[in-house]
Amino acid sequence: MSMDTRDGGPAREVEHYVDPTPFNPAVTEEMTEEQEQFYQASQWQIMWWKFKRHKIAVWSGVVLILFYLCVPFAEVIAPYGPNTRDSLHLFAPPQSVHLFNEGEFVGPFVYGMTSQIDMETLQWVFTEDTENVQPIRFFCRGASYEFWGLFDADFHLFCPAEGGTLFLIGTDRLGRDQFSGLVYGARLSLTVGLVGVTISIVLGLFFGGIAGYFGGFLDSIIQRMIEIIRSMPELPLWMALSAALPVTWSPVWIYFGLTIILGLLDWPGLARAVRSKLLSLREEEYAKAAVLMGAKPKRVITRHLLPGFTSHIIASATLSIPAMILGETALSFLNLGLRRPAISWGVLLNEAQNISVVTVYPWLMAPVAPIIIVVLAFNFLGDGLRDAADPYK
Amino acid sequence: MLYYIIRRIFMMVPTLLVISFLTFFIIELPAGDYISNQIAALKSTGEQSSVAKLEFLRKEFSLDRPFFERYLIWIGLWQGPHGFDGLIQGNWGWSFEFDKPVDQVVGPTLPLTIVLNFATILFVYVVSFPIGIYSATRQYSWGDYGFTFIGYIGLATPNFLLALILLYLFNQWFGLSVGGLMAPEYIDQPWSFDKAMSVLAHLIVPTIVIGTSGTAAMIRRLRANLLDELHKQYVTTGRAKGLKENQLLIKYPLRMAINPFIADIGNLIPSMVSGSVIVSVVMSLPTVGPILLSALQSQDQFLSGFILLFVAVLTLIGMLISDLLLAVLDPRIRLGGRASS
Repeated sequence: MSMDTRDGGPAREVEHYVDPTPFNPAVTEEMTEEQEQFYQASQWQIMWWKFKRHKIAVWSGVVLILFYLCVPFAEVIAPYGPNTRDSLHLFAPPQSVHLFNEGEFVGPFVYGMTSQIDMETLQWVFTEDTENVQPIRFFCRGASYEFWGLFDADFHLFCPAEGGTLFLIGTDRLGRDQFSGLVYGARLSLTVGLVGVTISIVLGLFFGGIAGYFGGFLDSIIQRMIEIIRSMPELPLWMALSAALPVTWSPVWIYFGLTIILGLLDWPGLARAVRSKLLSLREEEYAKAAVLMGAKPKRVITRHLLPGFTSHIIASATLSIPAMILGETALSFLNLGLRRPAISWGVLLNEAQNISVVTVYPWLMAPVAPIIIVVLAFNFLGDGLRDAADPYK
Repeated sequence: MLYYIIRRIFMMVPTLLVISFLTFFIIELPAGDYISNQIAALKSTGEQSSVAKLEFLRKEFSLDRPFFERYLIWIGLWQGPHGFDGLIQGNWGWSFEFDKPVDQVVGPTLPLTIVLNFATILFVYVVSFPIGIYSATRQYSWGDYGFTFIGYIGLATPNFLLALILLYLFNQWFGLSVGGLMAPEYIDQPWSFDKAMSVLAHLIVPTIVIGTSGTAAMIRRLRANLLDELHKQYVTTGRAKGLKENQLLIKYPLRMAINPFIADIGNLIPSMVSGSVIVSVVMSLPTVGPILLSALQSQDQFLSGFILLFVAVLTLIGMLISDLLLAVLDPRIRLGGRASS
């Protein structure tokens, strides 16, 4: 605001001034663009923003997506079939990938192996033959397979050189490629948790929903049940239940049996979370309003209460997937779960049960690595989701 | 206090009944039983002479009765072929596989099972307590980050894999056999100081292996609880009044934070018992774990049933102890009946 003086006279008058910009009475309540976006965003959008800030969780998600790519595309990623035996390469050590041969760049390749039997220890001894350079082929045609059991194909992401071998992490006692085994094993190992968690969510929602919404007698019965199940050591029970699966069942049935067993003992944790959330949410005014307007319990629970804690359920479900993956691994490791020809990481680890074998052929422990990575990733992802689940905090 | 203890113990009775029933139900799930499977096998080979004996055995173990009757006979609430003679009367059943009473089969392994689980719980407490306090009081320090990282790894590594890895590494580095209960040269030797030391040395690795994930969880728990308390105003007040940092910590926030810490051990015990079973199998420790595995595989039902019940009782007793500890520490529970947290 400038003040002009008309003449140098002593009696100066202040000129009447009007600010031409329109006046907005709500100026103090106005929001920045960022805030406006925040208030207009849906619940899920805010959760996503919050989740994105959790860097480790986001990267864990990426890692998991990469791992889960093995589920649909195992045949393409694995250079060999899961049960293909190479009788010339029993217990072959991992072939390391090189780029330079004698100072010359050849691209990714492996050295061929020559095998000899050591007559004293009766073991195959493999030596790298640096003369024999076997470049890895990419986007190539290799061993044929039936894609998803639907049609024959032989396309692979990468394959060994013609007439060569490519055992990235060695072979087992029957000469089966470990890397291909891991890729195929991911199929069962990674989905067992998802199916199991689905079962556990259904049971947890059902029992937790009843207990939390109706309360009273039903609540105390279900609470008791939960307490008892939680007080039993999981693994011995899993062992007993999976020992009860008929031996005559096909691998597919055993697999579903296992997921049911895993889900059956996991739901109490979820049911508890659902119950406590429901107990607090049903006291909220909007829930009361719905009841007063004559909504039936089913509608109140599913339409009004459930959306309020879906995010929590997802987060805690994510956190219970690793336990299931580990459960399957443990059971298959003990010969109580899946068996060949079905392949999971636990089945592969079964080969490493004997410690004297492992000391001679340490690469049999390879499945340990993906298991730890996946479990860690699920834990981080679950942590991130849990933090994001309550975005208004 | 006495009233609380008595009430708490009485509350275990219905739980035990339900658990024993569930156990019996589970071990009866597979089709047939040990003896009728044997009969079928013998019949298929055309051998008739032993069938009569096995039929007699079926009667002897009342395997021909209906399900509920069998259950009641098993726990000793119903008259079997020899009157009331079940778990309550101290008859733990018969192991078909070993052809011995169950107590003779599992008897020698029970003390070690209990010792191993107890040692693990002790390990979890002793290790996680100082680390949890350290991590909370020095939040975001390098030590805190380090322990958090190790904790995550500990949580993610399944204990039987850890056992496998440790077995391998020890073998590779020291040429040491850490499997088994003692060094091979002491087996069948009379007890001596060296033998006892060997047993102790062999217990260390399994204890660490089983306890790692529990320790990691407890550290996280204690750290989070303590951090919540440390940010409360009474801590600031105490500090403003000139309390020394250590004195303040031990006197107020720690006492608040320790409550869930002890209550949580009740949740941890089942997972530790689970861990001890599978780690024992991997490291071939003579606990009930390996026996349970073989009993399940051969459908030796009374043996596996007893072991399942035994591990369940073990966890129940562990929970009882944690509840009693909690009651000692927290008058609200002792007097009011229920923990608020």
